[in-house]
Order: sequence, then structure tokens, then C-alpha cells
Amino acid sequence: MTPIMPDIQLIAIFPESILAIFACALFVMDPFIARDKKEQLGYFSLAGLCVSGVSTLFLWGKSISTFSGMIALDNYALFFKTLFLMISALIILMSIRYIKIERINLGEYYGLILFATIGMMFMPSATDLLSFYLSLELMSMSLYVLAAFMRKDPKSIEGGIKYFLTGVFSSGLILYGVAFLFGATGTTNLGEIAAFLQENGVTSSLSLIMAFVLLITGFGFKISAVPFHMWAPDVYEGSPTPVTAFLSAGSKAAAFSVMLRVFINAFALSSGNWWPVLWVIAVLTMTLGNLVALVQTNMKRLLAYSSIAHAGYLMIGLITASQIGYAAILIYLVGYVFMTLGAFTLIILLCSANMKGDQISDFKGLARTNPMLGLVFIIFALSLIGIPPSAGFVGKLYLFNSAIQGGFYWLAIIGILNSVVSLYYYFRVVQVMYMDEPNAGTVLSFSPTLKVALGITAFLTLFLGLYPEPIIKAAIDSVQIFL
Amino acid sequence: MIPLSYYVTVSTMMFVIGLVGILIRKNFLIILFSIELMLNAANINLVAFSHHFGEVDGQVISLFIITVAAAEAAVGLAIIIVLFRRKATTNVDELNLMKW
Repeated sequence: MTPIMPDIQLIAIFPESILAIFACALFVMDPFIARDKKEQLGYFSLAGLCVSGVSTLFLWGKSISTFSGMIALDNYALFFKTLFLMISALIILMSIRYIKIERINLGEYYGLILFATIGMMFMPSATDLLSFYLSLELMSMSLYVLAAFMRKDPKSIEGGIKYFLTGVFSSGLILYGVAFLFGATGTTNLGEIAAFLQENGVTSSLSLIMAFVLLITGFGFKISAVPFHMWAPDVYEGSPTPVTAFLSAGSKAAAFSVMLRVFINAFALSSGNWWPVLWVIAVLTMTLGNLVALVQTNMKRLLAYSSIAHAGYLMIGLITASQIGYAAILIYLVGYVFMTLGAFTLIILLCSANMKGDQISDFKGLARTNPMLGLVFIIFALSLIGIPPSAGFVGKLYLFNSAIQGGFYWLAIIGILNSVVSLYYYFRVVQVMYMDEPNAGTVLSFSPTLKVALGITAFLTLFLGLYPEPIIKAAIDSVQIFL
Repeated sequence: MIPLSYYVTVSTMMFVIGLVGILIRKNFLIILFSIELMLNAANINLVAFSHHFGEVDGQVISLFIITVAAAEAAVGLAIIIVLFRRKATTNVDELNLMKW
């Protein structure tokens, strides 16, 4: 018997391979670079991200399925890959100064960010339960370490442990769901699972229902949907701020990217009648996220609850189970990523040797001493609430529009009411920035890279609000795979 | 020939033991063991189903899961060492700096 050579097209994993080579080289170079020159490794990883990004752009429009149907390269995957590369580059720009202040300027930091990015980039490409699980674990494993990276700070350790325990627990649930899915359908390929379900229906067996419940729970933890959200605020508060930004932007977008693949491709959302489950989760998520955010005094915690609420909005697109709904998720995610990263960049600006800078009271009078910062924060706040002209508005418009077109009027109404609630807590921060007397000891740690990160996020948040056509077109192109 | 349902019953029992262990035990190490129980429950399921269908897919996945579980244990133990150095405890209930 001759072994069958599986068909392997390495071009499909080219951007990830480049990044992996850069990450490995980074770990090799790390011991040879003095402690106070570690930012060179940051620039090195930025170079890797750029090379990988360019190769991703060249692949746009290709449609490849390779590694025996494990990895797919299509517009959907490329859309997310580009997004993750941009997130990662912004995170590194934000980190270079921050990790010096917090005395964690170690080379491993950048390496782990690169490996987490590789995991994220594989997630939207995964068309097999195995590749999906492995990429999820690659991302999570790197993030566990990053969350506990300030190993002298009890809060960071606590955040790391909480993240590790909930993360591993939810991976266990997903894995058990995967096992049952395999048991019910006899295959691990998402396409073949979809074909099987088309024939037999989702409710045809107990194992399928088990698989579905376990997967929903596991993903609920990953995207921090209520009632699986308890870990998010603590982890967000404890982790180093750039890592928090990475968690809230990157890992959430990655979880959504793979969730769309698994639930739409395999479970064929539109054919099932299980949307009431998601409906309840979505409404609970956005309402609880917004209401608890009202009483927060810590900026990172506030953004954690706001990111919980955003996960609720994003689930609207899943519930509508229509092309326009999926496209809306993608559009909203792009806007969400830049406005969240921007808000976290402001927190990092406030972080100095003798101040954490993550309390709302630390923002006192910031707009008076530095009017530009006040303006930039208003852009992010408008976008987070969903007021034009901002990226957040365009995303929300598409999401609520898809809900109304799908006949989910109550969902749209609850979503809009929630946005009104969120206006209060974002503008409380704006009020603190403009109305209160400035703190005497506030030192802003401006550095060129932070300015670049702030500029890019503010520009894109505004630009995508004024001229969203390219993103909308790319998103609609991307979701063509879910026909 | 042992019927498939026996394997699934054993794995479900293991999974539930792991789940309950995570929810009620306070020691980080015991919680880590409980998580391993959950992963191995999935392994048993995958191998049993794989045998049932006469395909190797499930067994391949379970090999990967064993590897991932090892990596997970390494990361978890590293984090717990950091905690133990700082607080001299492995009790997760003492992690109460942040609430609400």
C-alpha cells in the first residue's frame, strides 16, 4: 500500500509561516540583546507583522482549501487576518513604552504576542474541528502567559489565574462538544458536518444537542457573553494594559471569526430554530454589560463591561442568520477594534512610574491641560456609543438594520435603548476630562510609538465613519462563503 | 465487543466529575487535575467514536489533545508558582483583590 500524499499548498499558510519564523527568530535573538534595548525586538516584530501583512494583501481574492480540508484561504479568512495583523501591530506600538515603565521589558513579551497573533490568524481559516481547536489553544495559551506577565504585581497574577482557569475550562467544554459533534456526524470537517446536518437536521440526536449546548457555552466564555462573563472584568483590570487591549480587541474578534465558521457553516444557523437561546444571551449580555458599567470607577473595568455589551450587540448579527447580518458583524468588529484600542492607548498614556492611570479620576482635567487628548477621547466615546460620524455608528447601523430586516424588532429596540444607556458612562469620563480641575501630579508618557498608535486609531475611527464603503464592500465580499 | 454506550457513559462520568471538581474545589492543583479529567473524557469519547466509525480522525485529535493538555499543565503550573512565590498559597479563594 502506498501512502496517499495529502494535498498541501503552503501558500495558504504563507502569512502565518512568515510570522512564525519571525517569532522563533525573536526568541533566539532575545538573549543577545541587553535589557534596556529590548524595544529593538518590538521593532523587529513590527517588521514581521508588516511582511506578513503585505503577503496577506497579495493573497486577497484567492480561494484555496488545503491540508485535507483543514485550512481554507478565502476572502473571509483574509479579511480577519488583515484585521489581526493590524491589531497586533497597534498592540506592539502601545507596548514599547508601557512595558518599560512596568519593568517587564522582556523579549518574550513580543514573541508571545506574535504567537497569539498566529493562533488568531489560523482561527478564521480553520475548516476542521482539529485545526479550529489547535488554533484556539495557540492563541489562548499565549494569552494566559501574557495576562500574568507582570509577575510581581498581585493583580496581574490574579488576573492571569482567573483567565487561565476560565479559559481552560471553556476549552474543555468546547472540546467535549467537539467530541460529541464527531460522534454524531462521524467526521471532523465542517463542510461534511454541514452536509450531514442538512440531511438529518440539527435536533436529530441527543449528541448533537449536547454538542450544540457545549459549544455555545464554551464560546460564551470566550466572547464573555452573560452569564459566562464573570472573568472578564477581573482579567481586564489585572492584566498589563496593552494585553487587556489585545484581549478585548483581538481575542474577541478571533472568537467571533471562528464562531461564525462553526455555527454558520456547520450548524447551518438559518435552518435551525434555536435562535431564542442566542436571543436571550444577546439581550442579557448587552443589558448587563451596560448597566454594570454605569457604576465603575476603574477605567479598565469600565471598558471591560463595555466590551461585554459590545459582544451582545455583535450577537445580533448571528441571530438574524442572514448575509447582511454576518457582514454587519464584520463591519462592527473593525470599528470596535479601533475604538477600543484607542481608548486603551489613552490609559497607557496616563501610566507613569508613580501612577497606574487606570482610574477615571486620573482623567481629571486632562482636556484642559491637553485639548487634543480631550478631542481624541470624544471621537472614541462617540464611536463606542454609536453616534455619527464614527466607525461605531456605521457598524451599529448595519447590525440594527439587519435585525429589523430579519423581523427582530425587539432586538433592535433593546439594542438602541442600550446604546442610550452607554452614553451616560462614556460621557461621564468626558465630563471628568473637561469639567474637573486637573490633577497636579499627572505626567503624560508621550512617546513616538504611542502617538502613532493613537493617531492611527483616531484617524481610522473617524475615517471609517465618514467613508465606510471600502470596509462594507470587503465585508460583503467576505461573507459570500456563507451561502 | 464492548458497546459504544459503555464508553460514552464512562466519559460522561469523568466529565461530570471534572466539572464538579472545578466548581467546588478550592485548591488550584486539584482544579488543574479536574480540567485534565475533562480533557481525557473528551479523549475517551473521541477514540470510542473513532473506533465505532472505523476512522482514525478522532484518534488523531486525541493525540493532539494530549499534547495540548501537557502544554496547558506547563503554563498553569508556571502561573501557580508565580502565585505561590507572592502569596504562599494555592487556594484560589484567596484571590480576592478584585471584585465587581
